[in-house]
Amino acid sequence: MELTAKERMAIERHGMAEQPPDLRNRNFEEVPYGYTPEEAVAEAQRCLSCKKMPCVSGCPVEVPIPEFIALVAEKKFAEAARVIKTKNVLPAVCGRVCPQETQCEGVCVRGKKDIKEAVAVGNLERFVADYERENNLAEVPEIKNKNGLKVAVIGSGPSGLTVAGDLIKLGYEVTIYEAFHRGGGVLVYGIPEFRLPKKIVESEISALEDLGVKIYYNSVIGRLHKVDDLFNVLGFNAVYIGVGAGLPIFLNIPGNNFNGVFSANEYLTRSNLMKSYLFPQYRTPMIIGKKVAVLGGGNVAMDSARTAIRLGAEKVTIVYRRAREQMPARAAEAHHAEEEKIEFRLLSSPVEIFGNDEGWVTGMKCQRYELGEPDESGRQRPVPIEDSFFEFDCDQVLVSIGGEANPLITKTTPDMKTNKWGYIETDDWGRTSKKLVYAGGDIVTGAATVISAMGAGRMAAKAIHEDLMKESDETVTPDWW
Amino acid sequence: MYELVEKSEVFNVHEMVIDAPEIAHSIEAGQFVIVMGSENSERIPLTVSDWNTDTGTITLYVLETGMSTLELARMKVGDSLYAVTGPLGSPSEIRDYGTVVLGGGCYGIGAIYPIAKACREAGNKVISIIEARYSFMFYHEKELHAACDQVLYATSDGSKGKKGKVEDVITEMLEKGVKIDQAFFIGCTQMLERCSEATRPYNIPTKVALNSIMLDGTGMCGACRVSVGGETKFACVDGPEFDGHKVDWKELDQRKSAYTEQETVVYQSYSHGGEVPKVGSA
Ligand SMILES: Cc1cc2nc3c(=O)[nH]c(=O)nc-3n(C[C@H](O)[C@H](O)[C@H](O)COP(=O)(O)OP(=O)(O)OC[C@H]3O[C@@H](n4cnc5c(N)ncnc54)[C@H](O)[C@@H]3O)c2cc1C
Ligand SMILES: Cc1cc2nc3c(=O)[nH]c(=O)nc-3n(C[C@H](O)[C@H](O)[C@H](O)COP(=O)(O)OP(=O)(O)OC[C@H]3O[C@@H](n4cnc5c(N)ncnc54)[C@H](O)[C@@H]3O)c2cc1C
Ligand code: SF4
Ligand code: SF4
Ligand code: FES
Repeated sequence: MELTAKERMAIERHGMAEQPPDLRNRNFEEVPYGYTPEEAVAEAQRCLSCKKMPCVSGCPVEVPIPEFIALVAEKKFAEAARVIKTKNVLPAVCGRVCPQETQCEGVCVRGKKDIKEAVAVGNLERFVADYERENNLAEVPEIKNKNGLKVAVIGSGPSGLTVAGDLIKLGYEVTIYEAFHRGGGVLVYGIPEFRLPKKIVESEISALEDLGVKIYYNSVIGRLHKVDDLFNVLGFNAVYIGVGAGLPIFLNIPGNNFNGVFSANEYLTRSNLMKSYLFPQYRTPMIIGKKVAVLGGGNVAMDSARTAIRLGAEKVTIVYRRAREQMPARAAEAHHAEEEKIEFRLLSSPVEIFGNDEGWVTGMKCQRYELGEPDESGRQRPVPIEDSFFEFDCDQVLVSIGGEANPLITKTTPDMKTNKWGYIETDDWGRTSKKLVYAGGDIVTGAATVISAMGAGRMAAKAIHEDLMKESDETVTPDWW
Repeated sequence: MYELVEKSEVFNVHEMVIDAPEIAHSIEAGQFVIVMGSENSERIPLTVSDWNTDTGTITLYVLETGMSTLELARMKVGDSLYAVTGPLGSPSEIRDYGTVVLGGGCYGIGAIYPIAKACREAGNKVISIIEARYSFMFYHEKELHAACDQVLYATSDGSKGKKGKVEDVITEMLEKGVKIDQAFFIGCTQMLERCSEATRPYNIPTKVALNSIMLDGTGMCGACRVSVGGETKFACVDGPEFDGHKVDWKELDQRKSAYTEQETVVYQSYSHGGEVPKVGSA
């Protein structure tokens, strides 16, 4: 039954059912339950199949959005998943964590007047990917004959996993080296279970292993092997570096090293990767703060604050230098944080952290800010207001104000160019200045998004294939390419 | 991988020889590994005290102090560790200094050994001073003797060598006018601090291997941060060795005690044969 545009326009956006705030703030289970098949079909019917497909150009990897949504409307969920996967190999992840409001949904024609009316592309993407996984409908791609070439991928975050997946399907032998004892990068150690269940990442990784990707855990490249050794000693033909940004910044203020002051990386790694919320069955201990201050306004800050609430904090306060509208966090996360009664102290920035004689945090002093002239990014610049200090008590401070480039690899690979912030320089295809070494994701761009890291991985896989094939006479390009 | 191939015990220090060929090939003196006994374990840093590229093994000396080290102590030959990550940390700076003194206590007795060997190979005269409460607590002595020009002892009860600690032996040497060009110390924080104070008046360049709390060991989390000369450093990548005359000892001690309360409860119930209490939420 074909709907008219008017009938489609009449359907209202379907939200996902969620755990209520006063229940979920005590557990680590996922917050939204996801669509039922009926809801997914009804939401899909809202799409107008626009000829110009603005949504597709809003997506960094150009997922064929109207095409997959039309399949959902026809209840062809597995086919829809396949269509998405031609461009995005981790739809269950992206459906959950992409900042849709600034990407695909941000330019959807139905959201022109009110972004809340855009077609729920992310929710639909999540639905079809979950449907495919839960019903074991994923197609195992046919692997071409092995071409005898070996590629090493450093880091198993979204960008590394994408490169590995693309290249194994082209017949390369792919080996991932991962520093931690588990794969997935930020998807497992940073983003909490209540936002991205770990079993999703695990199933993506085991799918790659089924295709023949080898993963060596506990392998810190730069220490265990240098990049040159990967070529000279271990015989790889190309190397992809996808190690993420991974170096926390602390504010340059007194009191940073008191007990109870954590980088978000440490706090979230303890909780997510090491499962210290299940201490002592899991042996990594955690300090449970009662009054927790979180510094920053991005996804990392929201994740830290919402983890603190779940671990048992009585009060969690986000301290952010700019205004609410300027917070870089996904809209859904900031909204969920508010619902979970996390307090926002906007236009404020810490100037000192206080502690007691035993070395524990006791509070902090902040300064108020106001919005001034716009800066290069077009956002109004926050400027401190003179003599506007205020103090409050807290026993834990979670610092989520961003990171820098981890120098472990770049320092031990001196012939590879980095920029002045230490990030690796590449061309648009991920080629570094060092021959047959490629890089992508946060180690090139600085902290960005899952989908952009995956996009970079896909480009680099193409470049690796092109460059290695130049050296051999066989050039094959399969249709999914 | 990571199979425990040999194990022995001297008092409560456990020698663990582990199959880890890639690490054995790339490790250098002064570096450490981060291990997890089981999938649920904490990640704890341990210095690699010896290695053998022929057998593809590394040797750790584990001092039992809490739950994680107890779990390792209970492992048997043939068991495998869940994870061994390394080498981590910057290697010791090995040069021809002249005369090098190495001081070790508890696990440091084992941990100074590779530095002693490397310093000797670099042409130094190497003197090791090791301390323990009683003479029967020393270990790895034969190898240490072979690697050093001289090995001196200090015991709390005077049962072997000088009655006292490493710093007492050093002070005596310095008072006698022995020329020391470089000192390295490995052991508990108190020992590192006392030894650094002993060399300070004589301006002897002093490196101490700090043992702050660590998590990833790659510079990603900042758990291991220490103040050295007024600057924040990450012990896992900038160290673990730092100038002993510049370390903020009080801060290090406080940061190391952050989890004592939780760790003690669990250790006590576990070490007495009890089940690990269920106190976690979720
Ligand atoms: C808490 C948090 C929340 C976030 N939320 C969102 C969100 O909602 N939406 C979104 O789009 N983005 C989000 N991001 C950002 C996003 O996760 C990252 O941009 C993305 O993961 C980058 O991918 P990557 O592959 O470049 O690196 P990473 O995911 O950082 O993975 C790098 C991997 O390399 C490994 N590694 C590092 N050094 C070495 C080495 N020397 N040898 C071997 N392995 C090494 C690391 O252990 C890690 O596993 C969030 C980030 C954080 C921290
Ligand atoms: C770079 C580095 C290298 C290290 N090398 C070794 C090594 O070769 N062998 C070894 O046995 N240990 C070594 N350590 C220390 C070791 O990591 C800790 O002893 C271990 O993490 C303790 O874990 P646990 O759960 O058993 O004890 P916890 O429960 O964490 O600690 C129990 C109690 O012991 C105290 N404690 C912790 N560490 C020490 C310590 N080093 N000395 C004295 N008291 C301590 C704690 O404050 C606590 O009160 C090293 C540490 C670092 C950072
Ligand atoms: S990958 Fe992200 S941006 Fe692209 S369509 Fe999916 S949710 Fe939207
Ligand atoms: S812009 Fe919106 S309505 Fe138009 S095709 Fe894309 S998702 Fe559908
Ligand atoms: S242990 Fe995480 S930065 Fe050193």
